[in-house]
Amino acid sequence: MASLPDLTPPTRHLRCKDRGGAPSGRVVGPAPPGSPALATIGRVLFELDQVFYSRAGLEVLRGLSARLPSGASCLFGPSGSGKSTTLRLLNRLIDPDRGRVLYEGSPVEQRDVLELRREVCLVPQLPALIGGSVADNVAYGPRLSGHSFDSRAPLELAGLDASFAERPADRLSVGEQQRVMLARALALQPRVLLLDEPTAALDAAATAAVERTLADLRERTAISIVLVTHSEEQARRLADWVVRIDRGRTVAEGPAEQTIALEIAPEPSPQPAAEGERGRAR
Amino acid sequence: MSTPIDVSLGQVAASLVLVAIAIAASRWRDAGLEEDIAVAVARSFVQLTAIGYVIDVIFRQDDAALVIGLLAVMVVFGAFTARRRADRVPDALWPLLAALSLAAATTLGLVLALGIFEPEPRYVVPVGGMVIGNAMTAAAVALNRLGEDVSDGSREIEASLALGATSTQAMNPLVRRSLRSGMITLVDSTKTTGLIFFPGTMVGMLLAGADPVDAVRLQLILLYALLGSVAIAALTATTLARRNFFTPAHQLREPPAP
Repeated sequence: MASLPDLTPPTRHLRCKDRGGAPSGRVVGPAPPGSPALATIGRVLFELDQVFYSRAGLEVLRGLSARLPSGASCLFGPSGSGKSTTLRLLNRLIDPDRGRVLYEGSPVEQRDVLELRREVCLVPQLPALIGGSVADNVAYGPRLSGHSFDSRAPLELAGLDASFAERPADRLSVGEQQRVMLARALALQPRVLLLDEPTAALDAAATAAVERTLADLRERTAISIVLVTHSEEQARRLADWVVRIDRGRTVAEGPAEQTIALEIAPEPSPQPAAEGERGRAR
Repeated sequence: MSTPIDVSLGQVAASLVLVAIAIAASRWRDAGLEEDIAVAVARSFVQLTAIGYVIDVIFRQDDAALVIGLLAVMVVFGAFTARRRADRVPDALWPLLAALSLAAATTLGLVLALGIFEPEPRYVVPVGGMVIGNAMTAAAVALNRLGEDVSDGSREIEASLALGATSTQAMNPLVRRSLRSGMITLVDSTKTTGLIFFPGTMVGMLLAGADPVDAVRLQLILLYALLGSVAIAALTATTLARRNFFTPAHQLREPPAP
């Protein structure tokens, strides 16, 4: 199993802005061995290597390379930067036009795609529940592969008590529906949860509740999380490792606090920088 | 063949008054259908006149190959026509060709095998035409609905795929709705037949002087045959076409915008 190599400072597009406690005078420097940041970062789960992806003639990803370790990591960047597209590459809802996507060291296309998706579950940005009760929804994933399922445990993990099980799914608030989406994924007992802006449609109170649920999930389970967000604060609260994406490329990656604190200089030209020159902690 | 009624071209021309009403209604309410109505009237006149002569030749020749050839032409034209309504379905032509062929072959094969009609051109050609026409409408409506539902529901489909659903599993609810859309019109009209409207065959036979009981029995046979054919057509078209939305790796060919 691959482990994260030592983190070398990014050198080109990154300037350090001393806020949020980033080490002064260093550019996404490697966290010292044994630091809390490194301690939470495990082996590399996903690796994307020079990935290109176009949609409707527009280049969405332009040679994106990144690593995502086990634990809680985050794809962070402005709207339209390619975060959600990157997330969907991880369980093969889409395939890149060029480049490689590795999961635990192997190309994702070498795995059975249905098993991959049951192991690496994606929860979309907006709730998309099936008709019927909450329990029907939670049991949906296991039933696809012919298993029956008790919905109570995943509901409880998703922050909903057992009384929700028989309620009609379409009568729930958006926040509750999003938790049912989470429970639906948890029912498959995944190893990785891919969360695409899980609080984008929620108000502040519901956002806080879902974030508490996710934090709780991290404490109680060994499930790794890859979160997509455009919120700095959310990335700080929920992730240990951050990959910053802008205009279809990784502009920085590293421990959350330091990477988020970076001020990213504008690109000198629209041409992609050479991989070895691009600011990336690897 | 002599018939109790003799229709002159003048009488046909007189019926165009009703077409003028349709055009006036469209213009009055800005429906924008005037040109379509005019094209429909012209095409129906030319096509029906032409097919009248073709059928006349086929009836006289009494040649099975000619009958099958005519039905094959109807299937191909029907598939191309239906494809225009199924424009959101990728590569819809082949599913439609398969659907119309299977509907025609199965329905005609059964009515002949069961001895409902004699295997003669004067029965096979008109019944085949009705079967293919209704199958075309059902398949077109079903695929039109399927294309719209996939386009509008791509997020829901992808949410299912994201949990390890196969493309078939993810599409099951949509296929169900499409199949229903394709069949419901005929099912509903069959329910109300005789109460709210008189179907075409029965009206034609009554106008031609046939015994009403015979007209009704023949109409019932055709209605039941058509129910079978639209079910086969809608089922075949949706079953074959639903694969076209996906790659072999169970990915939507046109995934929703992130």
